[in-house]
Amino acid sequence: MKSNSKHIIIKRLKLVVIYIFLSIVALTCVFPLLWMVGSSLKTQATVFSDTSLFPAQPEWRNYYLAWTKGEFSIYFLNSIFYTTFVVFGIILISSLAAFGFSRLKFPGSNFLFYMFLAAMMIPLPGSFVPLYVLVNNIRKLLIEFLANISPQLMNFFPASFVQQSTAFIQHQAFPRFAYIFCMINVGLSLSIYILKTFFDKMPKELEDAARIDGCNKLGIWRHVAIPLARPAIAVITIFNALNVWNEYILAQLILSTKDTMPLQRGLIVFQGMHVTDYPLLMAGMTMTAIPILIIYLIFQKHIIKGITAGAVVG
Amino acid sequence: MVEARLQPKNLTMRIKHTLTNYLFVLPAVLIFGIFYVYPFIKVFQLSLMEWDGILPTMQFIGIDNFKEIMEDKIWWGSMWHAGYITLIALTFQNGLALLLALACNKEIRAKNFYRVLFFIPPILSEVVVGLVWQWILDGNYGVLNNILTSIGLQSMVRNWLADPKTALTCIAIVHSWKGFGWGFIILLAGLQTIPRQLYEAARVDGAGSWQSFTKVTIPLMMPVFSMVIILTILGSMQVFVLIIAMVGQGLVYHTTVPVLRILGAMTGSSRFGYACAQGIVFGLVLIVVSFTQKKFSEKMKYA
Repeated sequence: MKSNSKHIIIKRLKLVVIYIFLSIVALTCVFPLLWMVGSSLKTQATVFSDTSLFPAQPEWRNYYLAWTKGEFSIYFLNSIFYTTFVVFGIILISSLAAFGFSRLKFPGSNFLFYMFLAAMMIPLPGSFVPLYVLVNNIRKLLIEFLANISPQLMNFFPASFVQQSTAFIQHQAFPRFAYIFCMINVGLSLSIYILKTFFDKMPKELEDAARIDGCNKLGIWRHVAIPLARPAIAVITIFNALNVWNEYILAQLILSTKDTMPLQRGLIVFQGMHVTDYPLLMAGMTMTAIPILIIYLIFQKHIIKGITAGAVVG
Repeated sequence: MVEARLQPKNLTMRIKHTLTNYLFVLPAVLIFGIFYVYPFIKVFQLSLMEWDGILPTMQFIGIDNFKEIMEDKIWWGSMWHAGYITLIALTFQNGLALLLALACNKEIRAKNFYRVLFFIPPILSEVVVGLVWQWILDGNYGVLNNILTSIGLQSMVRNWLADPKTALTCIAIVHSWKGFGWGFIILLAGLQTIPRQLYEAARVDGAGSWQSFTKVTIPLMMPVFSMVIILTILGSMQVFVLIIAMVGQGLVYHTTVPVLRILGAMTGSSRFGYACAQGIVFGLVLIVVSFTQKKFSEKMKYA
C-alpha cells in the first residue's frame, strides 16, 4: 500500500516536470510575438526605454502610420494579389495534371510524372540564378517586341496612351506575371503528387456513371474529381498560401520596384531605410504575421495533416 | 468493360483521344519545362562561362570556375558556417523536438494546445522571425541585454549579432527555434503509429521504461528519425533568408553561408558563371551528405 502511494507521487511529479517543460517551451514560442506586438504599440521615444511587455498607453496610431507612411498598404495588397493568383493557378494546373496522370492514358505519362517527383527530391541550391537570367531574357525580348510594335500602334492610338501602356506592361504586368509563374512552379510538384494519390483512390464506378450521364473528360474532372478532392485541395491551398505569403528571395530578384513588392520584401526595404524606427517596423511585421496566424489557427488540423503527407514524400 | 466499349475504334479518333489527354498535363509540363528544366540545364551551361549577366556575350572558360572554388577560402568558410548551423539544428533542435514529442505522446491534458503553440514559429516567415530576434538581440536596446542586466548577469551583455564570437551561434539557435516544430510534428506522428500492444508486451517481459524506449521506440522510429535528419540537413544547410533578416545582406564574412555566397556572386560581383558553379558544387555536397546519412541509417537499422 505504501509503495503504491509512493508510486503515485512519483508519477505525479513526473507529470509536473513534463508540464513545466512543455510550458516553458510554449512560452518561448509566443514571447517574441508578444514582444513584437508590444513594441509596435510604443512610441519612437519609449520603445528603447520602456521594458514592459505592453505599454500603458498603446500607440495605435503606429498602425495607421505604417499603413500609409510606411507604405505597408501597397505591400499588403501585393501579397494578397500574389497569394490569390498563385494558389488559384496551382490548384487549376495541378488538379488538371494530377487527373491526367491518374485517370487518363497516354504514352510517357509515367516518365513525366516521375520527372515531377524527381524535382521534389533533387536539391537545387541557388536555382534563383538561372531563374533570374530566364526572367531577364524574357524581359529583353518583351522590350524589343514592344519597341517594334509601338510605332505601328501609334497610328491607331494616341502616343501618350501607347507609351503609358508599354511602360505598364514593362514595369507592372511583366514582373508580376513572371513572379506568379515562378511561384506556381515552386508549388506544382508537391500539389500534383498529393492530388494524384487522391485521384488514384477515386472509384472507377463514379467515373463510369458520369460518362454514361454524358460527361466528357473535362466534365468528369470538374463534376466528379474536383468535388471529391476537396480535402486535398484544402491542404494544397493552405500550404501554398503560406509558402507564397512568406516567400522572399524571388520577390527580391524579380520585383525591383516598390509598387510591385510583397510584404516580406517590403519589410526588408523598410528596415534598410528606417533602421531605428522599430515601432513602425514592428507594426508592419504584426500586419504581416496576423493573417498567417489567423489562417493557421482556423486550419491547423489541415496543416498538420499536410506536413505528414509532405514529409512522407520527402 | 465500360472503358473498352467506349474506346474509339478507328485510328484518327484514337489519336485525337490521346492528344486531348495530353492537354490535361500540358500546362503543368510547360511551366515545369520553362521554370524548372530550362534553369536546371542553364546552370550547367553557365557554370562553364565567365559572364557578368548584362553583356550579350559570354566567355567560355571550361572548368576554371570549379578550380577557383576549390581554392576559395571564403566559400569553404561559408560551408563550415552552414555545417555549424546544421550541427546545432541536428542536436539541439531535434533533441528538443524528440523530448517534446515524447512528452506529448503521454496521457496529458491540453496536448493540442501545446501542439498548436509549437508550430507557430514554423509558419511565420523567416523575415519576420529574423527581424523580431534581431530586435530582441540588439546590442544597445535589445530586451535580452535588459533582462541579463536586471538579473545581475552584466558580464554576459554584448552585441550578440555584431560580435563574431556569438553571431553564428545566435543565428543557429534562432534557426532551431523556428524549426523544432517541424521535427516535433513528424516525430509525434511517428510515435503515435507504434502499437500500444508492443509496449504492453515489453512490460510483461519485464522491461522498464528505459528499456522499452531503447528496444521498442528507437528501432521502430528509425525510418522517421532518418527522415527528420535528412530534412534538417537540407533545410539548415540552405538557410539564408533568416541571416539576411538578422544581420543584413552585406559582406559579413563570419556569418555568411553558401547560398549567400551564390547570391553575392550574382548580385554583388556580377559573376553569374561563378555563382552557378558554386550552386552545382553545393548541390553535390547536399546530395552526398544525404546519401551518406541514408546509407548510415540503413546500416543502423539492420545492425
